Amino acid sequence: MIESWAALVGVVSVVVATLAIGTWSLRFSRTTSDFLVASRSVRPALNASAISGEYISAASFLGVAGLVLVFGAEMLWYPVGWTAGYLVLLVLVAAPLRRSGAYTLPDFAEARLESRTVRALCSLLVVVVGWLYLLPQFSGAGLTLRAAVGLPTWVGTTVVALVVLAGVAGGGMRSITFVQAFQYWLKLTALLIPAMVLLAVWVGDGATNPADIAPVGSAAGTDTSWSLPIGAGTQGLYATYSLIIATFLGTMGLPHVVVRFYTNPDGRAARRTTLVVLMMLAAFYLLPPIYGGLGRVYADRLGDLDQSDSLVLELPRVMLPGIGGEILTGLLTAGAFAAFLSTASGLTIAVAGVLGQDVTGRRFGRVRLSGISAFRVGACLAVVVPALLAFTTLEVGVARMVGLAFAVSASTFCPLLVLGIWWQGLTAPGAVAGLLVGGIGSGVAVVWTLFEISTTGWPAVLLGSPAAWSVPAAFLTMVVVSRATRGRTPAGTRRFLVRLHTPEVVPLDRG
Amino acid sequence: MSPGSGERPPERVRVTGPPRHTVQSRRPGTGDIDEGTPIGAILFGSLVSEQRRLAILILSVLGLVVVSLPLLFSSYESLAQIRLLGIPLAYLLLWVLVHPLLIGLGWFYVRRAEANEAAFAELVAEDEPEGDWDERDWDERERG
Repeated sequence: MIESWAALVGVVSVVVATLAIGTWSLRFSRTTSDFLVASRSVRPALNASAISGEYISAASFLGVAGLVLVFGAEMLWYPVGWTAGYLVLLVLVAAPLRRSGAYTLPDFAEARLESRTVRALCSLLVVVVGWLYLLPQFSGAGLTLRAAVGLPTWVGTTVVALVVLAGVAGGGMRSITFVQAFQYWLKLTALLIPAMVLLAVWVGDGATNPADIAPVGSAAGTDTSWSLPIGAGTQGLYATYSLIIATFLGTMGLPHVVVRFYTNPDGRAARRTTLVVLMMLAAFYLLPPIYGGLGRVYADRLGDLDQSDSLVLELPRVMLPGIGGEILTGLLTAGAFAAFLSTASGLTIAVAGVLGQDVTGRRFGRVRLSGISAFRVGACLAVVVPALLAFTTLEVGVARMVGLAFAVSASTFCPLLVLGIWWQGLTAPGAVAGLLVGGIGSGVAVVWTLFEISTTGWPAVLLGSPAAWSVPAAFLTMVVVSRATRGRTPAGTRRFLVRLHTPEVVPLDRG
Repeated sequence: MSPGSGERPPERVRVTGPPRHTVQSRRPGTGDIDEGTPIGAILFGSLVSEQRRLAILILSVLGLVVVSLPLLFSSYESLAQIRLLGIPLAYLLLWVLVHPLLIGLGWFYVRRAEANEAAFAELVAEDEPEGDWDERDWDERERG
């Protein structure tokens, strides 16, 4: 049963455009280097569009508006953190990461610490964070198609999984770069135009200030709590700080973000790209809160507010019944699908790159797959596992799920990158210990949150927002164990750090 | 010139400009960093500590704003009632004003980090001809 033809047309055109651009740019993809890092020749403006396009996921496109609608200003920390994460990344890792000359995070870890154990652990973590992040993209796609078009949830999940697989396995990084650059501009337009129209409708309806509306949905509290940028009480304050730590520090360790930095020509370009990304994200994140505010004004006409992820899609129909609202819904559905496709593609590339190098690229008996075949088999694995998980739907909101992926990334890769780049004393045993402490700590929290509903009481709060304790614990472990194993500093540390920090124009021996 | 006066005066040369072909006394530079000499460590260390100081500066400004906001709002809940042009203060800060701050900090960082690297590149350049070089030589080296 099709409820909205406009939304269906929107989804189909995004899918067709994605496949078409992917096929068109396929002619540029020939070598393994093209597949993994687009042969490191993507210029800042294009690369920044691609990074932003891939980064703005369903959580940003759909999740933020719904959360702001129900919970108010405290949820603005999500978009703020997702943007500020790029400033932290710019300042601490952008140029050194590019100069390290490695393909993936495990490559970086192995080159820095000269240890296969650290490499294996990093590969495992890339896959965990990648799957954790892919899961809400796939389940979100199902929910979107159900809310906007009226199709069963498995359809959306399957469509996204198949399109991603076709794009990634077919063209790799080179072709995905063009697709994702296109999808940034599509997402911006798809959110901007309906926002303008709906704001005009709102002004016509008398422009009620959303801050004057009484609490809606499941949010309890006073009339001003919607304007308060923190949760209620000490627990709310803790959760806010934990979210800030997770998002500010987690961005640098996200596998799909890291892989993108290797596609810059040099360290200087990596910095400039990041600066452009900051601007592009700022432009985008001005929009979702508008939907949150409008949704609050028209909350009495919306459906189940606890399903807040579909709010953005419902709003145009509610505010503007008739053909106009239908067209806007179509545009928004197209944008949401672009969000699922681009983020899922980026994550799949990153996970497939790691699986292709460390799992499927290995020798099995007498068979050994070539670089590109191993990458393609890796891509299949990367997509199939989270897609299957998405069918056994876990009822966790898109933004919360993504928040957990950030927490794991901040507790593991952030200390590894920051200490690896800025501190000579890091040793392989120190890194392993820190990764285990951060990974297990945040991992337990994730599993607990997925299967436990209760969100009150300190244990629930501490496990629901682990970053505030798991990140310092991981940093501390890495430093203490590294100091205890001082004699085991890798031999090439000095040369590797020279390579990370010196500009490419200076003729130095970079190992 | 009387014989037996001992030392001969130095050969006379016609001075037309600063010496061009002096023996290159090697300046500390890239070679020291490659070989890991103490001077190399100092040169490289100066770059890293300069960049680290810049990073800490930027992150301190960011951290100060981010840490203080939730604390301020939890201490003075009346802040939530302040509105400018109808927009609650928290929205004004976290929805709009935070972005100019982030972009400004990023822009400042990129400029300073590139300047630090340029200064380092100049510091360690070994092939700098001593003596007479002028603007023209600079231009040629830049082009090279």
